[in-house]
Amino acid sequence: MNHSNAWLQFGLFVLSLVLVTKPLGLHLMQVLDVRGRTFLDPVVKPFERITYRLCGIDPEQEQSWIGYTLSLLMFSLVGLLFTYFVLRFQHLLPLNPQHLPGVEPDLALNTAISFTTNTNWQSYGGEGTLSAFSQMVGLALHNFTSAAAGIGVAAALVRGLARHTASTIGSFWTDLIRCTYYLFVPVCGVFALVLVSQGMIQNFKPYDTAKVIDSTPIQVPKVDEKGQAVLAADGRTPVLEKKTVETQTIVQGPMASQVAIKMFGTNGGGYTNANAAHPFENPTPLSNFLQMLSIFAIPSALTYYLGRMVKNARHGWAVWTTMFVLFVGGTLVAWKFEAAGNPIHQQAGVSATDGNLEGKEVRFGVFNSALFATITTDASCGAVNAMHDSFTPIGGLVPLFNLQTGEVIFGGVGAGLYGMLIFVVLAVFIAGLMVGRTPEYLGKKIEAIDVKLVMLVLMALAAATLGLTAWAAVSPWGQAGLNNVGPHGFSEMLYAYSSAVGNNGSAFAGLTANPADGDVRYNLTLGGGMLIGRFFMIVPILALAGNLASKKRLPASAGTFRTEGLTFVVLLLGTVILVGALTHLPALAVGPVVEHFLVKAGSLF
Amino acid sequence: MKLLLTELKTSILATLVLVIVVCGIYPLAVWAGAQLAFPDQANGSLIVDADGTVRGSRLLAQSFTAEKYFHPRPSAAGSGYDGASSSGSNLGPTSRKLADTVAAEVAAYRRRNGVPETVPVPADAVTRSASGLDPHISIANALLQLPRVARARNLADQDLRGLIELHTDRRSLTVLGEPGVNVLMLNRALDALESAP
Repeated sequence: MNHSNAWLQFGLFVLSLVLVTKPLGLHLMQVLDVRGRTFLDPVVKPFERITYRLCGIDPEQEQSWIGYTLSLLMFSLVGLLFTYFVLRFQHLLPLNPQHLPGVEPDLALNTAISFTTNTNWQSYGGEGTLSAFSQMVGLALHNFTSAAAGIGVAAALVRGLARHTASTIGSFWTDLIRCTYYLFVPVCGVFALVLVSQGMIQNFKPYDTAKVIDSTPIQVPKVDEKGQAVLAADGRTPVLEKKTVETQTIVQGPMASQVAIKMFGTNGGGYTNANAAHPFENPTPLSNFLQMLSIFAIPSALTYYLGRMVKNARHGWAVWTTMFVLFVGGTLVAWKFEAAGNPIHQQAGVSATDGNLEGKEVRFGVFNSALFATITTDASCGAVNAMHDSFTPIGGLVPLFNLQTGEVIFGGVGAGLYGMLIFVVLAVFIAGLMVGRTPEYLGKKIEAIDVKLVMLVLMALAAATLGLTAWAAVSPWGQAGLNNVGPHGFSEMLYAYSSAVGNNGSAFAGLTANPADGDVRYNLTLGGGMLIGRFFMIVPILALAGNLASKKRLPASAGTFRTEGLTFVVLLLGTVILVGALTHLPALAVGPVVEHFLVKAGSLF
Repeated sequence: MKLLLTELKTSILATLVLVIVVCGIYPLAVWAGAQLAFPDQANGSLIVDADGTVRGSRLLAQSFTAEKYFHPRPSAAGSGYDGASSSGSNLGPTSRKLADTVAAEVAAYRRRNGVPETVPVPADAVTRSASGLDPHISIANALLQLPRVARARNLADQDLRGLIELHTDRRSLTVLGEPGVNVLMLNRALDALESAP
């Protein structure tokens, strides 16, 4: 393990992240202003105008928070139904050369919710379940729109802070269209081509069948004509039969166009089952580096946008610094434990210097796998380049904890910023209590109703995560889906609901949410979790935005708590960690923490 | 109510327009650019014989079990190296099944390659990758397999070392990622060596 090289890669990543933050932030300021100007105007402006005309949108018409919320909810509902029906009827739709059947109702619903809420949880298997049309139309639509909606909500909240005595917080429709046209489509077009140059596929061919070079004998469970496994006389052991593997299926399809927005829009839903670990979906370390950077690019730039919009650039950088500290901490912990590897396997003769490589790819190695896992869960991306389920206990605790902070460490596009601002309001409130003054944030008085909205969000998310986990943990259907037993099995469930409610979409992927016996309860509870995690957050936040916009701005005085500088960063860090930790520590103790000690003791399940 | 209907109408229209732009124009434009600029990569980096038979993809691992080939990492994709169901084992650190499998893989690896108990086995050789299609093995793993392949093919160690070197994918931009030996390409090169006069 070459540690100096890993540090170099980490340095390069941080440097790149810092370098993209300001330019992209400046671009966002123009994109999120309906009268903003960008260098893309000569090409894109006509398309924007036509779109407004076709949809009957008046771009100058701003909305109140209720109008904004209503538009967002209605648009989400229409998109959800659209995808549901595309998936259900994919066998009748074009671009299905594999003749994949229509998707079952519960799986179609779960997947439609998953993409509408920017979660991209994969109950579906990717290459084995969904046609190219379902991917390109049913899913990719949400990759763009759910990300644009997320940025819109963040922008609405920032407008709420920046304005005073105002009744509107922007227009959902212009935010949606402008983010898509001026940000996502142009950047992703270029990004997709770079990914193709590294080896990612982009075609409309049916899957290829290769004649393998060394045909190998294998043993597979025997199945009868109905596709049911044949069992031996004892009624449990499956009968095995010998087969020779002579061919290999090679997945084809329009992957690059989808992966570009999957990463840049922090969506994370894979074209293939193995997601960004699949050699087509992440061919080289360079494609891996760019994918990691593209996850953090917009969330990082949005902090700059915040600072500039509220005319306090240092506040934006203070929020950025808080996120950055949490990101570096998580990466270092995950890296340390993954590099140390699994002592149980090392006693069996596995090299101790290689680290834990179960569920990791050689081309990325331990460091890039730990870094990717931290980034994808800091943000609400959920793409994976290594299997989190096979991480060491503490290596796996880092992504789990990141999910449970509400994914505010840079976070999802938009979602990260508005999630973090919830904590900012809470931190300001706590500071106010400590000094005994009415708390103010950027000149706005934080009153009872604001704090109530903030607490509503935090409590709804924690209750959904922990409540659903508890329900699954004590139910036969919950335990039936597990791939691991003992504390790790509990971690699989905890991770699943943390990921769903956090709208992340990564998984301890051994969990089977879509069992062969057709039990719908995982698909439905996870779907419910995703809806709560998305809309129980967005609606109170838009309400908060509307309320903040309507307030008067007070001039700063000597007693005003300053929302920049070290004191603020420390207070915000403490708030995020304490709220996240106090809420979820008991559950984490039963899962990864106890497993850590069991590994040391050599216990197996 | 009227407001809701207006919202519904705008939502449906916006959905339709966006479908055309982001699910039609955008992927087609990327497709055209990719096919023009990088046709080989865009179509799966396929390995094709002179007669047009597709033999695999440079990026996807295939199963190799014969003595005369280098062996890839164990695979959990379907029943092994199944390109249509990429997957890892997803077994956790305290899984007995995983510990047993790793121990069995270690024993099998030592037996096949004559690696003594005193030499630790490279982790990549006995663990399953995330995709089940990882085309690479570590250089240490390739070097431990080298004597077996050299014996089976009657080749000098030195020649094989050169081939391993040739088919090692280096770090991107010399710093990113880890180097790995592409097993499929290495084995193809070995076969080509044999069939050459």
